[in-house]
Amino acid sequence: MTAIIVCGRSGAAFAAEIGSMKVNEEIDALRTLGLTPFGWLVVPRIVALVLVVPLLTLIADFVGISGGLLVGIIDLDLTTQGYIIETLKGVHGWDVLTGLLKSLVFSVAIALIACQQGFAASGGAEGVGKRTTSTVVTSLFALVMIDALFTVIFRAFNI
Amino acid sequence: MDTTRLKPLVRPHATAGASRSLVRVNRAMPRHRRLTADEAIVDVKGLTIGWGDVILQQDLNFQVKRGEVFGLLGGSGCGKSTLLRFLIGLEAPIAGTIDVAGRGQPELEDGLPPFGVMFQAGALFGSLTVGENVSLPLEEWTDLPVDAVAAIARAKLKLVGLDGAADKFPSELSGGMKKRAAIARALALEPELVFLDEPSAGLDPVMAADLDELIVTLSKTLGLTVVIVTHELASIFRIADRVIMLDKEEKTIIARGDPKELRDSEDPRISDFFNRKSKDR
Repeated sequence: MTAIIVCGRSGAAFAAEIGSMKVNEEIDALRTLGLTPFGWLVVPRIVALVLVVPLLTLIADFVGISGGLLVGIIDLDLTTQGYIIETLKGVHGWDVLTGLLKSLVFSVAIALIACQQGFAASGGAEGVGKRTTSTVVTSLFALVMIDALFTVIFRAFNI
Repeated sequence: MDTTRLKPLVRPHATAGASRSLVRVNRAMPRHRRLTADEAIVDVKGLTIGWGDVILQQDLNFQVKRGEVFGLLGGSGCGKSTLLRFLIGLEAPIAGTIDVAGRGQPELEDGLPPFGVMFQAGALFGSLTVGENVSLPLEEWTDLPVDAVAAIARAKLKLVGLDGAADKFPSELSGGMKKRAAIARALALEPELVFLDEPSAGLDPVMAADLDELIVTLSKTLGLTVVIVTHELASIFRIADRVIMLDKEEKTIIARGDPKELRDSEDPRISDFFNRKSKDR
């Protein structure tokens, strides 16, 4: 869920930023200054997502559980205490960890796809728009595939 | 012994009289050999350029001498801007060789290239201020302290008539100011050679003339070699010492020499180019 939001927000932004740099010849300018676009534009974005997406995932976990609590109290006649106790029983540290592990892989995938699409932009503002759209589509597809892969792997190892 | 590897100077001065640079660069692009003073700074032999299977120009042979303003001319779509991309190492030649300042075909991953480039629309980094744009190469390639970098950046901006614009973002500048700022960035590390892609395109005639004036002044005072892509006839006559003219149909150089002499050429393609447009002005 977090990854989908990040893909729509940051992935699209990355593609648009790098794409507009590409069509403005800023990438070429960077290269002719002897600087590498990968080190300057891609690495910082990967690092940023890898640091932030797991944190966002933790926040999302917390918000999700809190949301459940709210619904439970209002609609399902649960007590706050009861909900928390049952949740702590049901959720293990491992659940959170696998979530974090997945979020790491998601963030690298989003950053790489977005940057690749940005670099592939050509033909002015229209080209940037196209690449931004295809970043979101490609990343969403990749996220679903990666998630499925994780499910298979976790199942195989009985996690 | 190749001393440049031990103590790379950004600007291996062509002329003895030119002012010596204080800017020392940490990792300049390796040089195969040192050029003698009268050797061509850009040497192109049998060059074929194009995209994939499409050949734009072939069998190009020309040399750019030190300290001259050299024009690459031709009608729209003949591949002159593309030729520039090949000269600065952004694309690899289909055939033939390019030698820039004794370093062969520039390998941009090998370190700081021995030239500065001004792209057509300026290509300033939009997320940095004008001052930061000019400082960036200095910060990356030298060990100069922060205040020295800022002072050099200010000096370069003053040189192109942009004092006071250091804290503005590129989006706040007019087209002409962007081009000037881009020239300041290209000059930041005091290269001996600069490539300018259509410096006066899209500017009003007064601004274009000012920019031409600036280019001539820089070339004269700094001993700078300038390779300029343009189709502005007024610019060509004002600043270019020598030109080559590319043709779209012939796919090669159809004229070379002093632009003032080419005006009287008997070849209609050449005289049309040089005269028809100049009559319009």
